[in-house]
Amino acid sequence: MISFVLRRLASAVPTLFIVVTISFFLMRFAPGGPFNLERPLPPQTMANLMRTYHLDQPLWSQYLTYIGNAVTGDFGPSYIYKDNTVFELIGKGLPYSLQLGGYALLLALVGGVLAGTIAALRQNSAFDFLIMSVSTVGVTVPNFVVGPVLTLIFAISLAWLPAGSWGDGSLRFLILPMIALALPQLAVFARLTRGSMIEAMHTDHIRTARAYGLPSRVVVVTHAMRAAMLPVVSYLAPAAAALLTGSAVIETIFTIPGVGRYFVLGAINRDYTLVMGTVVLIAIFVIVFNLLVDILYGLLDPRVRHD
Amino acid sequence: MEENKETILSVKNLKVSFSTPDGTVEAVKGIDLDVKAGETIAVVGESGSGKSQTMMGIMGLLAANGAVEGSARYRGQELVGLPLDSLNKVRGARITMIFQEPMTSLDPLYTIGRQIAEPIVHHRGGSFKEARVRVLELLELVGIPEPGRRIDSYPHELSGGQRQRVMIAMALANDPDILIADEPTTALDVTIQAQILDLLNSLQARFGMAVVLITHDLGIVRHFASRVVVMRRGEVVETGTTADIFERPQADYTRMLLAAEPSGHKPAPADNAPIILEGRNVAVDYATGGGLFGRSAGTFRAVDGVSIRLRQGQTIGIVGESGSGKSTLGRALLRLVPSSGRYNFETTDISDFGRAAMRPLRRELQLVFQDPYGSLSPRQTVGEIITEGLYVHEPQLSRAARDKRAIEALREVGLDPAARNRYPHEFSGGQRQRIAIARAIILKPKVVILDEPTSALDRSVQGQVIDLLRDLQNKNGLSYIFISHDLSVIKAMSDYVVVMKDGKIVEEGETEAIFEAPRETYTQALMSAAFTA
Repeated sequence: MISFVLRRLASAVPTLFIVVTISFFLMRFAPGGPFNLERPLPPQTMANLMRTYHLDQPLWSQYLTYIGNAVTGDFGPSYIYKDNTVFELIGKGLPYSLQLGGYALLLALVGGVLAGTIAALRQNSAFDFLIMSVSTVGVTVPNFVVGPVLTLIFAISLAWLPAGSWGDGSLRFLILPMIALALPQLAVFARLTRGSMIEAMHTDHIRTARAYGLPSRVVVVTHAMRAAMLPVVSYLAPAAAALLTGSAVIETIFTIPGVGRYFVLGAINRDYTLVMGTVVLIAIFVIVFNLLVDILYGLLDPRVRHD
Repeated sequence: MEENKETILSVKNLKVSFSTPDGTVEAVKGIDLDVKAGETIAVVGESGSGKSQTMMGIMGLLAANGAVEGSARYRGQELVGLPLDSLNKVRGARITMIFQEPMTSLDPLYTIGRQIAEPIVHHRGGSFKEARVRVLELLELVGIPEPGRRIDSYPHELSGGQRQRVMIAMALANDPDILIADEPTTALDVTIQAQILDLLNSLQARFGMAVVLITHDLGIVRHFASRVVVMRRGEVVETGTTADIFERPQADYTRMLLAAEPSGHKPAPADNAPIILEGRNVAVDYATGGGLFGRSAGTFRAVDGVSIRLRQGQTIGIVGESGSGKSTLGRALLRLVPSSGRYNFETTDISDFGRAAMRPLRRELQLVFQDPYGSLSPRQTVGEIITEGLYVHEPQLSRAARDKRAIEALREVGLDPAARNRYPHEFSGGQRQRIAIARAIILKPKVVILDEPTSALDRSVQGQVIDLLRDLQNKNGLSYIFISHDLSVIKAMSDYVVVMKDGKIVEEGETEAIFEAPRETYTQALMSAAFTA
């Protein structure tokens, strides 16, 4: 097991390197730069800025410098949020994104699995159709629609909940963004669970469990659900990485100071270092969660053993 | 003396139906059946006879679209329509079941110890820890070696035979009155089959429960059951003592089933018949497992230095149990798997032929698989399936010429040529196997390797497919390599037999010699398991 984890972590290094390289050059090949503003800067100022940030160096030399610094944990200064290093910006925003994303992940997982299981057990019932219709809506309606609609109903019309901002960080402020963030993932979890649960209920060993007079609760929870959770667990890794690293749309709509905004804002403003920082962050989350999920999978399914 | 025993399960006018998009299908059409205390009753029938669905209906295990009507009384208690809570007190405690598929009937995510303990805990109370003593006893009883260690194994760590033993342990856990065994040995090798049947026999003698044996295999019935119920298309055709059914069958269908054991024998080709396909020192290795950085855990030798020589018009039967390497040998001879050894086709040395060099020879060397369901693409019409090879090997053919060949090939395998516009799912297992054979012979091959072509088929259909293969061989001068675990089919089809075990040839010779006077102990064991069960 330990050697499995070590090998996986070792293989993460080349993965990260490739991700960094591709995004570095993609960013640079996009037209414009961090200091190309609507009103052009005087040439002298521009030249000074370029020199300060070493943007006047050849591209390959900039790349090597970036890699060299990144290895030591220095992701450089942000070009737009002056006086802030990328590390500081992400360090400030991440706790907000993690907290909101954590709640959303919990909601999506628990809600999705419950809804999917009930839908599967009452296949083709009214409840099943309701859950599946809602989850289709969840998948298809984008969150920049869901967010404002939720705000309109619950914050403005009913005035039950605040419309935005982190506030004092209490749950009241988080409920609407959490729902808007969780809904698409909840829908995916519900569909996955329903499908694998229906399949699991038709397996031979479920027939065995029923033939031996085990109570329905044991048949469903102990035998069918454990098998049905395997595909759900596989999806957990990308879902967790997506939710915990923040959503630009949700954070903007609900004015939450998380890291999700940085990726989009950084890209629009050609804030090269900030974009690179968020890319590395997301890549690390994806790698770590995939590893955790693989370990969890091994614990759930004795046929998969890591050694 | 059977007559004096108390009837413990009385089935009256039992009907099972399934609602499908095409309307209601009646699987069981009102049957009567009595099970007496301590007896063994066999319910015999081919696929679709409703033999399994009868039991599933009684036990409340039908698929969601199934419905059961009529009456099934267990010691006076009506089981049909019984609320789930009450039914759950009977099933797993008083009436238990074992199933055909030992590979999938156990939950892969729990240890066998826990799964055997579950019915004990649920029916008798107590904790899993307390049940462990009883589980160990049961594992010992069903002959699992080292029960103390095996109790914590997962199903995938056991062989098929051992898994069926685990199922039997589960079935015995609560000292049942009735044990329903639904095709308990069908998925197992013949030597294992015999062991499992012996085990059931001895356990029954010891504990005195009644056994309901559901099977398609009359061979098993003769030595195992005291009474036989023959079913066909949801109805009981005939009921009687085993002796009566075998000695004085009344119904035509029963007589047909009894006669359906494949018969006949194949004369050897002339001594001067040319050698058409030869493999010398064939060896095939499989890599077992592989690590993240390409670490290979090792290799497994599936075929180990086998030499075989097929002459024009000959049929070589290759017999062996699962894992003996017989199918792998067949694929190696066709150069479909990486292998070492020397190979000749007719007078050409094909040992070093790669994929491209082999391609023109492929039409001469055809393969028919066991599974007529998995080996035909469900999205192609039968016509498309059987003419596909013509596109590769005779690309010059016009559309009309290809269609003509398809019609010929379908006629040759005894199917209506109109079948070429239909899809595989519209055909039965036997018809599908005919389609697979048509796909092979449309190319006019010289050698056909038949890999368990009859194993998925009912006995009566098997006989027809064997007759067809024989006909085709006589008409077209084909040479066959016939791979099977089924000795009676091998005996009927081949003039030369090769017995394989663990990748090696144990014994080979003319069919008669092998069947009349096997020299090796393994061959003898195989024979006695197959013909006395």
